[in-house]
Amino acid sequence: MSPETASNLAAPSLPRGFAAGYSPRMPVSDEMLEADGSLRTHWRMFVNLIDDLGRDELIRRWEQARRLIRENGITHNVYGDPNGLDRPWSLDLVPLLVPAPEWRAVSEALSQRARLLDMILADLYGQGRIISLGLLPPDLIYGNPGFLRPCHGITPPKGHYLHLYAADMIRGGDGELRVLMDRTQAPSGAGYTLENRIVLSRVLPTIFRQCNVQRLAPFFMTLRQTLTSLAPANRENPRVVLLTPGPYNETYFEHAYLARYLGYTLVQGNDLTVRDSRVYLKTLSGLQRVDVILRRVDDDYCDSLELYPNSFLGVPGLVQAVREGTVAVANALGSGVLQAPAYLPYLPALCRHFLAEELRVQSVRTWWCGDAASLKYVLSDMPRLVIKPAFPTRDADTVFGHDLTREQLDRLAARIVARPGDFVAQEHIDSRTAPVLLNDSVQSRRFVLRAYLAASPEGFSVMAGGLTRVTGADESLVVSLQKGGGAKDTWILADGPVNEVSLLTSASRPVELSRGGGDLPSRVADDLFWLGRYVQRAEGVVRTARCVFGRLMDPTAALTLKSIMASLLGKSAPVLGDAIDRDLADALFGSADAARLRRTLDAVHNLARALRDRISADAWRILQSVGRDLAEFAALSHSTADDPLAAAIELLNSMVSGFLAFGGIAAESMTRGQAWRFLDLGQRVERSTQTALLIRTLLVDVSPEEGSILDAVLEIADSSLTYRRRYLTQLEAVAVVDLLVADDGNPRAIAYQAAAIEEHLAHLPHDPGHPSRSPDRQKALDLRTTLQLADLAALCKATGEKRPGLDALIQGVLGHLNSIAEHLSQIYFSHAASRRLISTAPGGSL
Amino acid sequence: MNASPRYRITHATEYRYGETVPAGHHLVHLQPRDTFHQTCQSSQIHIAPDPATARHFLDYFGNRVTWFNIQEPHQNLAVKTISEVQVDPYAPPAGLICPSWDEVGEALSTALDQASLDARQYVFDSHYIHRRAELAEYARPSFPAGAGLLDAVFDLTHRIHDEFIFDSTATTVGTPVLEVLKRKRGVCQDFAHLQIACLRSLGLPARYVSGYLLTRPPPGKTRLLGADASHAWVGVFFPGYGWIDFDPTNSIIPSSEHITVGWARDYEDLAPVKGVITGGHRHVLKVSVDVEPIAAAGAVSPAAAPTPAGNDGLSASTANVPTN
Repeated sequence: MSPETASNLAAPSLPRGFAAGYSPRMPVSDEMLEADGSLRTHWRMFVNLIDDLGRDELIRRWEQARRLIRENGITHNVYGDPNGLDRPWSLDLVPLLVPAPEWRAVSEALSQRARLLDMILADLYGQGRIISLGLLPPDLIYGNPGFLRPCHGITPPKGHYLHLYAADMIRGGDGELRVLMDRTQAPSGAGYTLENRIVLSRVLPTIFRQCNVQRLAPFFMTLRQTLTSLAPANRENPRVVLLTPGPYNETYFEHAYLARYLGYTLVQGNDLTVRDSRVYLKTLSGLQRVDVILRRVDDDYCDSLELYPNSFLGVPGLVQAVREGTVAVANALGSGVLQAPAYLPYLPALCRHFLAEELRVQSVRTWWCGDAASLKYVLSDMPRLVIKPAFPTRDADTVFGHDLTREQLDRLAARIVARPGDFVAQEHIDSRTAPVLLNDSVQSRRFVLRAYLAASPEGFSVMAGGLTRVTGADESLVVSLQKGGGAKDTWILADGPVNEVSLLTSASRPVELSRGGGDLPSRVADDLFWLGRYVQRAEGVVRTARCVFGRLMDPTAALTLKSIMASLLGKSAPVLGDAIDRDLADALFGSADAARLRRTLDAVHNLARALRDRISADAWRILQSVGRDLAEFAALSHSTADDPLAAAIELLNSMVSGFLAFGGIAAESMTRGQAWRFLDLGQRVERSTQTALLIRTLLVDVSPEEGSILDAVLEIADSSLTYRRRYLTQLEAVAVVDLLVADDGNPRAIAYQAAAIEEHLAHLPHDPGHPSRSPDRQKALDLRTTLQLADLAALCKATGEKRPGLDALIQGVLGHLNSIAEHLSQIYFSHAASRRLISTAPGGSL
Repeated sequence: MNASPRYRITHATEYRYGETVPAGHHLVHLQPRDTFHQTCQSSQIHIAPDPATARHFLDYFGNRVTWFNIQEPHQNLAVKTISEVQVDPYAPPAGLICPSWDEVGEALSTALDQASLDARQYVFDSHYIHRRAELAEYARPSFPAGAGLLDAVFDLTHRIHDEFIFDSTATTVGTPVLEVLKRKRGVCQDFAHLQIACLRSLGLPARYVSGYLLTRPPPGKTRLLGADASHAWVGVFFPGYGWIDFDPTNSIIPSSEHITVGWARDYEDLAPVKGVITGGHRHVLKVSVDVEPIAAAGAVSPAAAPTPAGNDGLSASTANVPTN
């Protein structure tokens, strides 16, 4: 248990049962308690079962949940915070409970709303009748930045725009759920909902079963069927991809998770290309047709040619492909237009117009200030209202009128009067609270429930659950993970036992056996190759540092140390002469070389983040822990500990173990597909390079203390044991070089890497039109034979102070490795080239 | 007398890339649309290298667009359009019932007829044009309370012409309108954006018009081929009538020497040639435009310039309500 967890759990006070210590803030009503303080009926079983667990067990489970979240690597990124990347997901142990009959009514109402929104979209991007009929003010479309004119007139597959829709709902004191915001663009959180469920059902398995919680999987099955059905006609096995903005996006973890769960390839815009107005995935085996894109990129960012010009998150030419119906995008491009609170006041009339029905789920009362009467009301009652931008902007701010001073209110009123159409006001709802298990008590928090709907042949089906997000602080009214809130699982409690469903079992069709991997996107291959390289590079630095620190403690090792320092810092030996007598530890902890390690590890983490859907949770966790070790290591430079050196060596040991574990996972747990080959290629190329550099730095010049030097070289190259077994204690340069360079039975030797590289290259897709061995394979063959044929005894002969033969051999090895890496990049990664926007200069003269 | 001149417009754009470009996607707005006083009689577009795919369609605003992609490695891209267009002279009708400018915004916000709804597009911010108090303030002297819309817009057009200096080195396509206002320099496109921004800041619907202008050689000199350029000006909506164009660069209401390619919210909506290419770190762009008066069947010499605006009698076509 980490110290931080321990202190958080210090004194939980759940004295007489779970509910007894809970007093929700008055006068608001609460999810768990009735107004008289008694338990609501549908909470009784849950609370009883929690009480049966007992306080200690509950806390143990809570701890287990936190550990699962860390281990599964469930994270979200917080914008504008340098430490905000990969922040652990904060999940509450207490779910939000909703009885099935209530949820059924909510579901029917939301499904009506989704159908309505879909019809509004079809009208806005078609004839625009609701505008000419006066049912919707024209400004809501023409003044709405989300209205994408190039998408006007495009009819999406089967005429549907919405495939995955979410509604943010809030429950007022009267118990009614009202919609605060419609999410028609690319709603996030469905993947987190799944993760919440997995964690909670694992931590509270018995309670979960006894409460008859409805399953989430049917929802995702519907979503998958719907997406498949969108594929253009006649496409047998449609390829669906999930388009993500990339690893810096707030919810990137979720994109990777959902892609894996749904079985889709996770792609960034640059992985796709439009040819002949069709969309293709750029893979190692060439271009592969894409039929459906589930997008998490906002629609205006999806095509820099026809939509927002300054974005490279999308695919140039995509709009034309959509126009011609060769690809389906979900949700349809342009559907973000309705993700604006300004529409809310007009939905009831639009519902009567399109469906001849009353709108069944109410919105939070909203006034669009572009309407003269609404403006007048809003200005007269600002302190009681919540003011928001009418259309979401990237720097949108929500203001609670009651938080403002008279002066601030006046200023805001002036802004509203200047551009009334840009603002809406919503009534402030004193919402219900829900119980949250915090460090030492059960506390009440406000919450927003996000419900998810997937289009289906019958209309829309609602997920039996949802993402419940709670406010960060007791008094806070703002629900935002960006601002430190947390999440809850949402349990829909069925009346009877619930059938097991899993996305992995499909009743309708037998599984098609596949040993594919041929669809590896070029960008992913590139990232894997470099992940392999950087991991090895970092391991090299750490091993060298460990060797130096070990010898720092040995007063007799001064001269050897100098040379190794030189290698470590990449400087020539004489420069360091004076530094030896100064505070070496200082030089090392805070030096350029810690910075180099930091940069290398940063690169490792960035690549690993981009590859979240490709690397296992175990591999991710290992890399995280190496990162933590390094942070501690860096902190040692201003440590007042008695023996910082010993602590440093301990941390370096731990990092080496981490790298070994990572290598082990790659070797033992990855299928032998192209992904593994590129990761391994990266590791092999880098390991050979590191060894070659080590030999060049330490063995080309003959040192008077050759024995100690050879000893250090063997240690850094992880070959001491093998050497001693063969030669006992007799240290000879030629024997060391043989073991590290030419011995193809030593997994650390360059020859061993060369053989592995050659084998990998032979298994990668090559241009079949190329009759002879491709240049990369020629180089690999050449490298292996050079090493096999080398006469090491002759090459290691010293001429004066130098070994020119060895120097030439090593130069040759480095040249070959470099050239292999370059060929790889040309053949396989060149797809990942950057794109540029060009445009004619402004109109000319006169 | 036949006062409707014809023009042959040759517009050639060439990109030379610093390195081989494997693929590119492009969108061009180069072929003139028909307007209520202009007929595009023919227009051909030539693209080299040959596009793998090319599509011709009308954009949201009714402009002619060509979308194409090139999939073979190339170092140059050449797009050339040759169009023949006849333009009838135009002047605002003498008896135009002109609303006062301050009634226009109000009237437009509630009108539901197609022309007004269409005009409503053009009162909001767009990619290059943002409504600002400073711009409204600059325009204000031309717009006293109750002034007629035509007089007021014309006054603003004159002022921009008089107070700004044409300087092709002062700005780039990305120079913000407020910066142009500050420096009082720019090219036709800057002046068009500025005037539109001023009008929208006052709540008036104004659109960006892209096209060409007939240039005249200095007396005694022959016309230089390819020395012309694409041009840009402004369209303003008059409720109950339609759109009237104003050219702030030349301080006139275009008659028959302006050839319209298209209109939209601003330059971003109808850049003549734009594209996204793979690689290509640098490029050189060469544009040449030639507007050549040609003889209409049985027409008078092109040297006989059309009578300027404000002449007697309107041609039949100008009486039509502009269509979109």
